[in-house]
Amino acid sequence: MADRNGASMPEAQMQIDGIGLSFGGVRALSGITFNIYPSTIQAIIGPNGAGKTSMLNCISGLYKPQQGQIRFEGRNLIGLAPHEIAQLGIARSFQNIELFRHMTVVDNLMLGRHVHMRGGVLTGGLYWGPGQREEIAHREAVEQVIDLLEIQSIRKKTVGSLSYGLQKRVELGRALAMNPRLLLLDEPMAGMNSEEKEDMARFILDISEEQRTTIVLIEHDMGVVMDISDNVAVLEFGQLIAYGTPAEVKANPAVVAAYLGQEHS
Amino acid sequence: MQSGTFHSTYAGDMALRPYWPMRIRIILIIAILLLFPWFGNRYWLNLANTIGIAAIGAIGLNVLVGFTGQISIGHAGFMAVGAYTTGLLAAHAGLPMWISIPIACIVAAGIGAIFGMPSVRLKGLYLAIATLAAQEIIIWFLTKGDKFVQMATGDRRVVFFGESLSIPPAANSLFGFALKGNNDFNFYWVIMTCLVLTVLFVSNLFRSRAGRAMVAIRDQDIAAQVIGVDLFKYKLLAFATSSFIAGLAGALMAHYRGIISWERFTIDVSILYLSMIIIGGLGSVSGSIYGAAFMTILPALLSNVSRAASGFMPAFANYLPYIQQGAFGLAIVLFLIFEPEGIVKMWRNLKDYFRLWPFSY
Repeated sequence: MADRNGASMPEAQMQIDGIGLSFGGVRALSGITFNIYPSTIQAIIGPNGAGKTSMLNCISGLYKPQQGQIRFEGRNLIGLAPHEIAQLGIARSFQNIELFRHMTVVDNLMLGRHVHMRGGVLTGGLYWGPGQREEIAHREAVEQVIDLLEIQSIRKKTVGSLSYGLQKRVELGRALAMNPRLLLLDEPMAGMNSEEKEDMARFILDISEEQRTTIVLIEHDMGVVMDISDNVAVLEFGQLIAYGTPAEVKANPAVVAAYLGQEHS
Repeated sequence: MQSGTFHSTYAGDMALRPYWPMRIRIILIIAILLLFPWFGNRYWLNLANTIGIAAIGAIGLNVLVGFTGQISIGHAGFMAVGAYTTGLLAAHAGLPMWISIPIACIVAAGIGAIFGMPSVRLKGLYLAIATLAAQEIIIWFLTKGDKFVQMATGDRRVVFFGESLSIPPAANSLFGFALKGNNDFNFYWVIMTCLVLTVLFVSNLFRSRAGRAMVAIRDQDIAAQVIGVDLFKYKLLAFATSSFIAGLAGALMAHYRGIISWERFTIDVSILYLSMIIIGGLGSVSGSIYGAAFMTILPALLSNVSRAASGFMPAFANYLPYIQQGAFGLAIVLFLIFEPEGIVKMWRNLKDYFRLWPFSY
């Protein structure tokens, strides 16, 4: 395993160790164990219902797995509330866009700065003074994200009125505004045409290279996954069936069987 | 026609009134507010004061329902907490209102936060029913409170709450200056100052961090959690802020009317406030004011019309009160059908029409 510069891997940033999750009698995940290394793009692939999104939900604290541990920079995440996990520097986007529909793009991105700001009800309500200074300082950070994602022209638009592709981009922006150390992207390219996909892939590579952010990516488009990711984890029926570089995974017979089906003799 | 406005600073871009027509309008409104009491008679002043108090209460409810998305039908209960706290402090401790009203607001905020705790687990209609409990418990306490005091003191003659509570006129003083003479005129200034401060506070709140977090909870609570918003904390803060403002409205009403009883804070009043913000516009400060004005003026207007009608149609005189109530209900229904987003949306449509005129297609 190697990062894109070919150097040997440093210590893992996130260690996922024996995660098991079930809903009633249905086992969504069992014994998932793999590492995520700093500043890499880690893809998670697998057929529909394999447990990819459940895995992300465990990391971001929306689900509480019954077995196993998730350690992020040495700290166990299991049992922490989602907002505490966000404060540690883990951001995510959702498979079905979960933006704040009635707010403007700028307000959505400013919410991404929430964890870095301090203002409460009183400083907000009195506003002039410390409240305004803080808002302006963080507005500058938000404008940098707007520049990076090329969404200047829509910054004052209500998110609900934007096209699907732009909403996906704003959602990535909201996660980026958090300045995360780990960014979880759940199908950021689903439902996009090839041009939009290309743009999105370019943004993801930019983020990875310029900000050295670790990215965990769930994606169905194998072309994109094989092109941009450093490591790939393959899930099927809640189990990890393969892990490795894109080339290794592509050659793995279990993966081929999972995707193309198996010949029964 | 306006082609665009260009801001060169973030502060300018984030201003409450970023465009000059808005600033002119706000100056006009303030001028009218300042001039009105010198020309209005007692009837008009009373109406303006009633609207002012209702507007403060409606803004408070909108913080919770319109901005944070937590339905509450216990709003009148929180207003009662404010009214009775200041009433008891004025009647039994002899405190002037500039001390007792802030205390009343803080007590209302605390009670509101306590009754907001179910919001952690409950959403939507289920939360509405839980806030109904707040409404009923508070009113129950106000009607039965004297029994507890009598049991505690062992003295059956102690009367704390009574059937109604009179506030000594001496309590109506600001920073040592007694408000004497024309009650409507004096309270006009107190109420409008409170209304302007409430409007400023709430508008500022919802363009900064804490308010944004509350709106995020309304729009998408799961995403709000994942970007680091502590749901419990901000829901309770919304309840506390909303109840603080409700307490202010209740306390002002107590001092203005001079007498309070629990009958002014029943569930009908909670529902009246809900209809104010729905008709005015959910999640809008100005909408709360429009809604409060509409719901106060319409019944007054209808009763004037019916009084005039009873002159030349004496046969109908007996039925007029019912027709009046029916017309009130009909007006609300028509409103919800033709402009479900409230008066604030109608006003916006009107502005857009003139801004784009003559190219309004």
